Amino acid sequence: MAYRHKDLLGLRELSKEEILFFLSSAQAFKDLNNSEVKKTRSLHGKTVINAFFENSTRTRVSFETGAKRLGADAINFSASQSSAQKGETLLDTIHNMEAMKTDIFVLRHPNSGAAQFVAQHSDACIVNAGDGLHEHPTQALLDLMTIQEHKGRLEGLTVVIIGDIFHSRVARSNIWAMKTLGMTVKLFGPPTMMPAHVDVFGCHVCKTMEEAIEGSDVIMMLRIQLERQDGSTPFPSTREYSKFFGLSSTRIKLANPNPIVLHPGPINRGVEINSDVVENPEVSVILNQVENGVAIRMAVLDILNRNRNS
Amino acid sequence: MKTLIKNGTIINADGRINANVVIEGETIVEITTEEVQADVVIDATGMLVMPGLIDMHVHFRDPGQEYKDDVISGSETAVAGGVTTCLPMANTTPINDNASITRAMIAKAKERGLIDLLPIGAVTQGFKGDRIVEMGDMIEAGAVAFSDDGLPVSSSTVMRAALEYSRGFNSFVISHSEDCSLCRHGVMNEGPTSTILGLKGMPSEKEEIAVARDMLLAKLTKGHIHIAHVSSAWSLKLIELARKEGVSITCEVAPHHFSFSDEHLLTYDTYFKMSPPLRSKCDVEAMKEGLRSGLVDVIATDHAPHHTDEKFVEFDKAPFGILGLQTLVPLTLALVKEGVITLERMVELTSANPAKILHLDNKGKIAKGMLADIAIIDPEMTYVYDEKLNKSKSKNSPLLNQTLTGAAVKTLKSGRVVFDFPNCL
Ligand SMILES: [Zn+2]
Repeated sequence: MAYRHKDLLGLRELSKEEILFFLSSAQAFKDLNNSEVKKTRSLHGKTVINAFFENSTRTRVSFETGAKRLGADAINFSASQSSAQKGETLLDTIHNMEAMKTDIFVLRHPNSGAAQFVAQHSDACIVNAGDGLHEHPTQALLDLMTIQEHKGRLEGLTVVIIGDIFHSRVARSNIWAMKTLGMTVKLFGPPTMMPAHVDVFGCHVCKTMEEAIEGSDVIMMLRIQLERQDGSTPFPSTREYSKFFGLSSTRIKLANPNPIVLHPGPINRGVEINSDVVENPEVSVILNQVENGVAIRMAVLDILNRNRNS
Repeated sequence: MKTLIKNGTIINADGRINANVVIEGETIVEITTEEVQADVVIDATGMLVMPGLIDMHVHFRDPGQEYKDDVISGSETAVAGGVTTCLPMANTTPINDNASITRAMIAKAKERGLIDLLPIGAVTQGFKGDRIVEMGDMIEAGAVAFSDDGLPVSSSTVMRAALEYSRGFNSFVISHSEDCSLCRHGVMNEGPTSTILGLKGMPSEKEEIAVARDMLLAKLTKGHIHIAHVSSAWSLKLIELARKEGVSITCEVAPHHFSFSDEHLLTYDTYFKMSPPLRSKCDVEAMKEGLRSGLVDVIATDHAPHHTDEKFVEFDKAPFGILGLQTLVPLTLALVKEGVITLERMVELTSANPAKILHLDNKGKIAKGMLADIAIIDPEMTYVYDEKLNKSKSKNSPLLNQTLTGAAVKTLKSGRVVFDFPNCL
């Protein structure tokens, strides 16, 4: 079953079939990316604007690369140079760019719900490239694609997500999708980094790093977003954090056979994850995530474009 | 001039009676089952004749933000909701922290003459939280109580002084109960819904901590504390405890807090964004229980107009607050229909108790000798609350364009008809 919506705002509402449809479509684009001429014409003549109201070089470059390989005109807009700083509202900014006949907006925004808000008031397709603490669907899709490639399946796997769950839209998107796909999800981190009502996710919350790693097929480390801690102190020091919540080679031994380690990047080496894990090709699939990111974003842009034209 | 309201059911806090109301000048002169000759005759067959509603918590944005509402449009909105007495909060620009602003507000309301406007003065000068205002002077000018509403009085010493000093003038302090040091940047109730939406939460403890402090300060000072817009179950538990121990404490609940839960926010609708925020379903039930049992003294709207442009933004950036005056009657009647409260209790919550708390001896009851402030209410009328009916300059109500049941069809202020529902009576 295909994906029939105008926008991609999050994974919470998506069916299993819809999620798998994105993953299988991405596989074809991955093959293309590995060929000599990495280009198709499926978005030829279309305009994709990367509207980034929050900095993220890697996500923007990934979307830009994907859009260009599909033959679209990809334009980058970032808030630092924007009218948003002159007091223009988000919707006015979007409507202005829409008037330039934009087909797809890739929207990154610091406020939760911003993508849905824009989607409700724009005829263009909206891809949520991360909104506040809410969702980051393409990152979760590329995580799932990477897991599927390495483990050969998704259903029945046990995944542990470790770190700052509260501030992580990546975790939220992954949790919803993984539960839909029949995966077991465990969470771990300092209690100060857990959402107060974490039980709404229906995941087991672990008490120790050992409990978290034990029995896991996939270990998903989150980045400690030191810039997001706005005054409160979720942990006393990075030294203590790495001791109790960091991933080392020794700890990985507790996992199920052939575990893989994911990280959305950029990495704080020695804080949430040690270099010996990052550099270990047996377990680390971090660069595969980056590679798959382009394929996933191509699949998403291509599918939304088809929906728009049909 | 003589006015007769005939064939209605008069509802008072202590009972109901089918009788006619005779008004001469500003005053109710007789309650009778006889037909009386009058200059103006209002047939209230099938209607409820209630004392004019007293809303202890409104924001008229005047002076300073008259584009949202002003004393005139606020007055018109009030009487369209059956409300004849309003207490506007002091968070105007400039802040109502001195007698001259209080006087100006009252004068403007008198000029239009639709309602009695009883201003609430600030607790502290300029809302700065340190020096208390000239309460005596402001009371002389017409202020009735004191609150830095919108902001809590964070210093316990200052709150103590305010309670002690206001007690000397037989007045009281209204607490906007919030411990702002607990969870900054919160935009909705902290709960499963905020976790799903990725919005920063305000735990109900943020309110409860402040309620606990203020009830203890009322105990210390023997002053009277009134807790504004209670939203959480534990706040009510604390208030119940304080009252059992003889502390002079009263409280109000806003209609939205007994009508909606935080699950209404699942679509990021900014019209449901308010402070204190919509809480869990359990809290909503607790509000209803408090209204039923008698623990809650007052229903007050916290009518908070905002311009559409200000609400039409990302959720985090939208201001807190919704309209309330014209939806007070239908939302409260819904509780009556649900069997939570009786019509008598409705009058107690919306008129009799506010009159008692505010020492307004001539209001809050339909009886001989009382001021003829009267709301004639049709409990069964269904209608769409649309932009034509809405009298506020603002439109920020989640109930706009919804079908509602029950409304004030005629409102009398001091014996004069000041509102007539379109196409009714
Ligand atoms: Zn308040």
